[in-house]
Amino acid sequence: MSRSEARRKRWRGEKIAPYLFVAPFIVLFLVFGAYPLVKSVILSFYITNGPSDPVFVGAENYRFLLTDPNFWKAVRNTAVYAFWSLALQIPLGLGLAILLNSSWVRGRNFLRLAFFSPNLVGQVFVGVLFSVLFVPQYGLVNKALHATIGTPLDTRWLAEPHLVMPALVMTSLWMYVGFQMVYFLAGLQSVDKELYEAARIDGANNWQQFLNVTLPSIRHVLVFVVLVSTIGSFQLFELPWVMLGRGPGPDSAGLTIIMYLYLNGYVAGDLGYASAVGWTLALGLLVISLIQLRMSGVWGGRRAG
Amino acid sequence: MILQALRLVGWLLLVLIAIVTFVPMIWLLAASLKAPEDLFSYTFFSPNPSMKNFYDLFTQVEFLRYVMNSVFVACTAVVLQLFFSSLAGYALAKYEFKGKYVLTLFMLSTMLIPGQVTLAPAYELIYRFGWVDTYWALLVPSAVNVFGIFLFRQAIMSVPTELIHSARVDGCSEFQIYWQIVMPTVRPMVGAFVLIAFMGQWNSFLWPQIILHSSERFTLPIALTQMVGIYQQQYGMLMAGTLLSVLPVMVLFLFLQREFVAGLTSGAVKG
Repeated sequence: MSRSEARRKRWRGEKIAPYLFVAPFIVLFLVFGAYPLVKSVILSFYITNGPSDPVFVGAENYRFLLTDPNFWKAVRNTAVYAFWSLALQIPLGLGLAILLNSSWVRGRNFLRLAFFSPNLVGQVFVGVLFSVLFVPQYGLVNKALHATIGTPLDTRWLAEPHLVMPALVMTSLWMYVGFQMVYFLAGLQSVDKELYEAARIDGANNWQQFLNVTLPSIRHVLVFVVLVSTIGSFQLFELPWVMLGRGPGPDSAGLTIIMYLYLNGYVAGDLGYASAVGWTLALGLLVISLIQLRMSGVWGGRRAG
Repeated sequence: MILQALRLVGWLLLVLIAIVTFVPMIWLLAASLKAPEDLFSYTFFSPNPSMKNFYDLFTQVEFLRYVMNSVFVACTAVVLQLFFSSLAGYALAKYEFKGKYVLTLFMLSTMLIPGQVTLAPAYELIYRFGWVDTYWALLVPSAVNVFGIFLFRQAIMSVPTELIHSARVDGCSEFQIYWQIVMPTVRPMVGAFVLIAFMGQWNSFLWPQIILHSSERFTLPIALTQMVGIYQQQYGMLMAGTLLSVLPVMVLFLFLQREFVAGLTSGAVKG
């Protein structure tokens, strides 16, 4: 075999290799990604009973969905959860990150690990743990709140409809505030130190520095965290499912959109209807994400102008 | 003086929040170690610790089987995902080929669609394949992880192209370059990805819950939620089971935390 022949062979390898390397992805994606995606659109116009015998019903699934009070209850619950989760987690996560980013803090790495650690625990395990922590009389949450702010010891967090959502929001705060903090911290560490120097020379105080240097510099991280957290919050399922004893809880106070999808699709067995719920959620999330991106763009634009 | 006092307050606040963060986990450990009759007698640790809960866990319930199931599924999934994601990530980072741009865009857009949308048809497909109640249904669809492909694409882009060229001149095959040159260079990303992929499988609930029907195949999240319904009176045993379910990820995290935080945030900050 001549040298040029060997080189040609190698060159051919370089041409073919990338196709071989992405082939497993493409095959698996076509089968388990693209096909189900297309199929779910079609399926959402059918009523099915288990995986067989679909009956075409047109837009009936969507019409029923939009008039089902249970669906709207799920939407309202999920939106309330998402709102309170973000309203508490974003400022607290940012505050923790700013404190941790100060040069005088000792044990920064340990603290960062500590805040992040609940993120490692799956929602199911958190759910099992917190369903016991929220028990009346003996539960740790009631003991702690009774000792500090004097709420009654026998508060039935997971049995009173109006207390279910606060319990879920508290739990999610414990779980996710470290996740936001890690991102904010990474953002803060990449802010150009000279900007603060310049702001100080211009006579800006700490608050002004925060508004005019810190916030604009971490804007991309902020937008990213808000988007990811919103999408994550709207997919809430496992936490309430487990905490409320594998169900929507008292008066369906813990019914979320995905729980509604699961109950209708897999417990009641209508995969067509479940697809319609899924696509409604996907479209809703798309609209919310676009609105958030738009708002953050306007905010950024005004600052630059 | 005032500044130092303020800093002290700030630091104490951080420590306080860190303690609050740890308290549920410490309580979990304490509850697991209590004799069943002591569970509600002491807020945290009881003066006479007991291994009864762990004993019950392995004798009354087939807990060891669920642990082994979870270990098998998570480890196999991690190996598959690591191999296929890094291979595709390498191709996207270091080769020019037809359709690369379209493929990249296509993959990005699939990341934006929530997974629950395809749940129903994916289940139908698994049913047709005869994979209901098998681990094939958990392992094969998850073998390629789009998020992982992008993590590796990003990490491999920073591998010097000269390194790859010189290996090629030295007669390495394309796969050898990937295996012997590229992968050792992006070791930190391998660490980060192993943890992310392991966590994803270990904590996964909805899909396995839909797929797995026989209790001898249950993974830990499914088994534990079933136990909650059946052994409601044995809180201690449930807590011991939760503790053992949480521990493996925690240990893995302690080993891989540096790589993990770097890998997790690299995409968001540069973007």
